[in-house]
Amino acid sequence: MADAARVVRKLRDTFSSGRTRSYEWRIAQLKQTMKLVDENENEIIEALSQDICKPPFESFFAEISLIKASCKVAIKELKSWMAPEKVSTTLTVFPSKAEIVPEPLGAALIISAWNYPFLLSMDPVIGAIAAGNVVVLKPSEVAPATSSLLASLIPQYLDDDAIRVVEGSVAETTSLLEQKWDKIFYTGSAKIGRIVMAAAAKHLTPVTLELGGKCPVIVDPTVDLEVTARRIVAGKWGSNNGQACIAPDYIITLESFAPKLIDALKNTLEKFYGKDPVQSADLSHIVNLSHFVRLTRLLDDPKVSDRVIYGGQRDEKQLMIAPTLVLDAPMDSLIMIEEIFGPLLPIITVQKMEEALEIVGSLSKPLAAYVFTKNKKFERQVVASVSAGGMLVNDTALHVRFKLQIIIYPLEGLEKVGWDHTMESSHLKLLVIKRLYSIEVSWEISRQDILHTPQESKIL
Amino acid sequence: MIGAIAAGNAVVLKPSEIAPATSKLLATLIPRYLDNSVIKVVEGGIAESTQLLEHKWDKIFFTGSARVGKIIMSAAAKHLTPVTMELGGKCPTIVDSILNKKELVVTAKRIAFGKWSTNNGQACLSPDYLLVGEKFAETLIEALKRTIERFFGEDPSTSGDISRIVNQNQFLRLKKYLEDPSIAQSVVYGGKYDESKLYIQPTILLDPPLTSEIMNDEIFGPLLPVITLKRIEESIDFINSRPKPLCIYLFSNNKDLKERVASETSSGSLAVNDTIIQFALDTLPFGGVGESGFGMSHGKFSFDTFSHPKGILYRGLFPDFTLRYPPWNEFKLGFVKAFLQFDYFNLILLWLGLKK
Repeated sequence: MADAARVVRKLRDTFSSGRTRSYEWRIAQLKQTMKLVDENENEIIEALSQDICKPPFESFFAEISLIKASCKVAIKELKSWMAPEKVSTTLTVFPSKAEIVPEPLGAALIISAWNYPFLLSMDPVIGAIAAGNVVVLKPSEVAPATSSLLASLIPQYLDDDAIRVVEGSVAETTSLLEQKWDKIFYTGSAKIGRIVMAAAAKHLTPVTLELGGKCPVIVDPTVDLEVTARRIVAGKWGSNNGQACIAPDYIITLESFAPKLIDALKNTLEKFYGKDPVQSADLSHIVNLSHFVRLTRLLDDPKVSDRVIYGGQRDEKQLMIAPTLVLDAPMDSLIMIEEIFGPLLPIITVQKMEEALEIVGSLSKPLAAYVFTKNKKFERQVVASVSAGGMLVNDTALHVRFKLQIIIYPLEGLEKVGWDHTMESSHLKLLVIKRLYSIEVSWEISRQDILHTPQESKIL
Repeated sequence: MIGAIAAGNAVVLKPSEIAPATSKLLATLIPRYLDNSVIKVVEGGIAESTQLLEHKWDKIFFTGSARVGKIIMSAAAKHLTPVTMELGGKCPTIVDSILNKKELVVTAKRIAFGKWSTNNGQACLSPDYLLVGEKFAETLIEALKRTIERFFGEDPSTSGDISRIVNQNQFLRLKKYLEDPSIAQSVVYGGKYDESKLYIQPTILLDPPLTSEIMNDEIFGPLLPVITLKRIEESIDFINSRPKPLCIYLFSNNKDLKERVASETSSGSLAVNDTIIQFALDTLPFGGVGESGFGMSHGKFSFDTFSHPKGILYRGLFPDFTLRYPPWNEFKLGFVKAFLQFDYFNLILLWLGLKK
């Protein structure tokens, strides 16, 4: 298609002019991105709700706040990121001095996914802009409201000669992939990832592929049941109803411990989503009919259907499947072979915890692996022997936001809150000086007040 | 290989069949010295390489031409295997007018060393062609001629200090340039060759046509075109209108020119006032950009190229921040917002029930 070639040519002209290389341009675009998010929070939440019925809390917690944090970090650190890094020289090259200087690659193509359509579009765009590139963003057509919103907001806030949104599906994406890029950043499935990389190979374009995988949760009997269950449920169903690359895919635990864990999960599920979760406003829906059919197929598989021990309710009109637990699905069933990407949670039981490591090792490397344990030795074993994109001990999904928060917020917290806010309590001093961790301590005390008011707040 | 081993991987090495003696030596020595169960050498040509590429690897590191690079990356795409491509390119050498005689001698020596003492120009890092101001060209060429004779004698074919062309295929490719009349007429020094010895004399050409093959393909041989420009600053546009090279060399004392070249051109690396030697510094990443490849090696960069940096977050089970759990409501959302914005004041007000 002539359009794609024309867009790339225009962007490359902008890049050649040198405009995107300056610190000033990059900072201006990053600040405009912040403005875009600040001024359109409601519209973003609305689009996400339209696309996938994403609860406003998730939209804020998992998409909007992360993009804001990304912008803040980039704005704060850009000068040091752009600065040359001096390196030491050796006798062989005496006399000399050497440094490493980061350069923009040029024209970047960013292809994003449908499950966190705002986050997965804007986050790489922020990186590409900070590095001084020109960008084409191809949002996922499976999340059309967000795609449309991005296509209308980005030209309003950002430099239209350097950052473009191209909407569309297979035909448009294919046309874009035929062009020569200096970098392609793809988030999505392995199947399409192969197509993207093969297209990139024709031009020897470097690619970054953010794919998925079956993220295991290994749970040993030493854990606190309530907290563990809460965190697994929040990570699984609180992440777009399981439709997230880092959502827990399946659990592995000791056969003798499984009944207790399952009970704890059931209790937590009911507490969070009520007796009829299909109607809960706190769960995302399945994104479209195709995925709904795919997921019901996993459940209706004869090898699996009689092992469903909780949930399984579905509503095709609402594109909704309730949180569902499956006990000991066979390893050769589809639900244990494919990435689930939905609200179904298989629980695999083993006789010894070491077997868990064998099972995880026999499957492809996942994007994330989770382990819940108080046994330090076992923890070390898991961390050393499981190869995964990232790992989290004693929680799920949070590691992606922790990385950002630990960097900025403690510093911001210290700057923002002075001693003139009228609080005598030494509790507040604890809040202010320490980091995230300590803040939770004080709130734990009043946990009862906050947690046990499901639909309305009795405090207000 | 050193990088791959340092990073703890199992390795298959497929040496180039075009250098068969070295391939054979590696195949003999490696099993003798290294752990044969996890480090192997597979010799062979296209058939063997194709077979190797059909398997699933966790990383492929390729050094060679862009043409073969594309085949390898396409094969890697089937398994989504990450690759590093160390390719080549035409490494331009910008030479500013050097008026100081001593500096001119050193400049000529370093260019000559970079071109003809690196496998007789058959190196990805060899200066491919020179960019010079037209007024300075003759002085530089004279200095290069003297240097070549000092390095290799009157008849370099008898010098033991210069490599030969690796095989007949490559020899014929280079000979073709010299037989092209539009190129041949630009030869100002050298140009002799002997097919029986796979020998081509260090050759300097002055302004061959920019559309000729010698100015579009990577030369990878002992032929050195000198392109003259009205002003040396034009070299920046000249370089930018061509594919990104593996390296750019600049000989100059002019601080402005150095800064401009550094910030306005893009290449795998840039060396000022020398050639090749940046390869020896392992604190600098070695790698290409654009058509010259992607990925980095040398020193810790090799270790990193063959490693996955796994992020690990350790959390305690207590305390547990319960506000992140459903069922959600306006209060929880407001609280989390204030919390994430470190809006402590509003946080307290919400907690105390003084704010909605």
